[in-house]
Amino acid sequence: MSLSAHQLSVGYHGHTIVKKMDLTLPDGRFIALLGPNGCGKSTLLKCFARILPAMSGEVNWQGQNLHHYPSKQLAKALALLPQTQPIPEGIKVKDLVAYGRSPYTGFWGKLSTQDHQIVEQMMQQTGTYELRDQLVSELSGGQRQRVWLAMVLAQDTPYLLLDEPTTYMDINHQVELMHQLQALNKQGKTIITVLHDINQAARYCDHLVVMKAGELKYQGSPEEVLTSAMLKDVFSLSAQIHQDPVSGTPMCVVED
Amino acid sequence: MTAQRFFPFALIMLFALSLANLLFGAVSLSLHDIWQGLFVGSEQHFTVYEYRLPRLFLAILVGAGLALSGALVQGVIRNPLASPDVLGVSHGAGLAAVFYMTYFNGASTEWLPEVALSGGLCAALILWYLCGAHSSAIKLAITGVALAAFWASCIDFLMLTKPLEINNALLWLTGSLWGRSWPQLQALLPWFVLVPFALGLSKYLNVLDLGDDSANSLGVSPQSVRLLSLAIAVALTAACVSVCGPIGFLGLVAPHLTRKLVGGRHQSLLPATMLTGACLLLAADLAARTLAPPIELPAGILTAIIGAPYFLWLLLRMK
Repeated sequence: MSLSAHQLSVGYHGHTIVKKMDLTLPDGRFIALLGPNGCGKSTLLKCFARILPAMSGEVNWQGQNLHHYPSKQLAKALALLPQTQPIPEGIKVKDLVAYGRSPYTGFWGKLSTQDHQIVEQMMQQTGTYELRDQLVSELSGGQRQRVWLAMVLAQDTPYLLLDEPTTYMDINHQVELMHQLQALNKQGKTIITVLHDINQAARYCDHLVVMKAGELKYQGSPEEVLTSAMLKDVFSLSAQIHQDPVSGTPMCVVED
Repeated sequence: MTAQRFFPFALIMLFALSLANLLFGAVSLSLHDIWQGLFVGSEQHFTVYEYRLPRLFLAILVGAGLALSGALVQGVIRNPLASPDVLGVSHGAGLAAVFYMTYFNGASTEWLPEVALSGGLCAALILWYLCGAHSSAIKLAITGVALAAFWASCIDFLMLTKPLEINNALLWLTGSLWGRSWPQLQALLPWFVLVPFALGLSKYLNVLDLGDDSANSLGVSPQSVRLLSLAIAVALTAACVSVCGPIGFLGLVAPHLTRKLVGGRHQSLLPATMLTGACLLLAADLAARTLAPPIELPAGILTAIIGAPYFLWLLLRMK
């Protein structure tokens, strides 16, 4: 059932970034992809989201090559929240969220009663229901991010992929988003996200994947992965590991 | 204004403008004259049936066609300042027409629409060849603008080196409905089988508004949607331009104005923008015929007089 990479190489313009990777992402977990800039974590995510093709090897899902599935079927299994989102003109919040239903609608894109229910439910879940008649272009950055989250949730997929979702957010919105993702994970969604902040990943996610220079270095629970040795090896950083006084998860504190 | 209120309003406007176009001109007619004029043998038959009626239909079709092309191009390029003009189609058609008029002086002007049509389609093919099928929207737009400027300079070169034929060329290049009748309408009408296909792209154009990555993730191939939309836009623009010459700014203003009124969902936007385009060109042609009778101004000049300030206002408002 789970998503896995077999001898997978991915890159741009003939330049290989992810190199012959073997990786299985366990189902039903909240997974963070970590690593220094340019390590290939976003590239790997894009290949899982089938935006980039595999150069060699394959991504496997349910025993078949992911990229051989019909795209409409995959759209009902995997949803992606890209790192940056364009701001469409003249589109209301409820319209944008409804676009997430397009893999399910017919030729003219007309929503069924069930589609309407799901769209409404997702707006309520993300706290955007009150904004439904406003134009997306008139929202604040934090509101817009929540509307986009409602859109990918309306896609109603067992897998949710996110590319650095917290990078451009204020800290309060970051915390809010991580809580929401945790709640979604508890409902049974597999969440795979690229993150920059290691402590954030250790606190909220339950499975960490650490990459360096296109290769898989470490994976496992935060306790197994977040160690001084890993930080030295992957980030060339001297750091101590302490227990987070609130959540009890490991956190790193950088040494001088 | 919501889409539900826009459509009845626009249909009433279309009807009123159509009636006005039949009633007014170098001579004003009564409703009775118009009814009589539809039948052979009446005094006003020529004015109504051979002159004003086909021209009315042409204005509706060309206005709707250029506006729809504009909405498709804006949807694909994702920029409100885009229009079929940025693809260089109108200029390509113009260059072919001027070339034909200057070098085949004796040739019949009967073939002018076909020549202009091939010019427009060639310009689009050259753009496609230079950019490739998988190019980004912005690369397409910038290459298109550069090509359009190149075609325009070729037109200028031809007109300056062959000054004898300049008048005919100028007349065609300003875009007008003058002297067009049933044969032009017949030539244009078959191209409108493309309209249902364009409307069928609505759902996919919506998803394209979310960006290429999101479109992919929703199971829509951005490249295919772009290619299909642009192909339809190019064909419709080339067909319209080949009949009436380039009617400036209509493909920019009509979709933009309509988006403000009915929003950006293409299921409403595409049909609504066709109505807006038809109304705008009807109004422009009515003004062109009635401002200084019996002299006729080209409708293309009037759309440019309204369109150019609108374009500038748009530019200044953009942050």
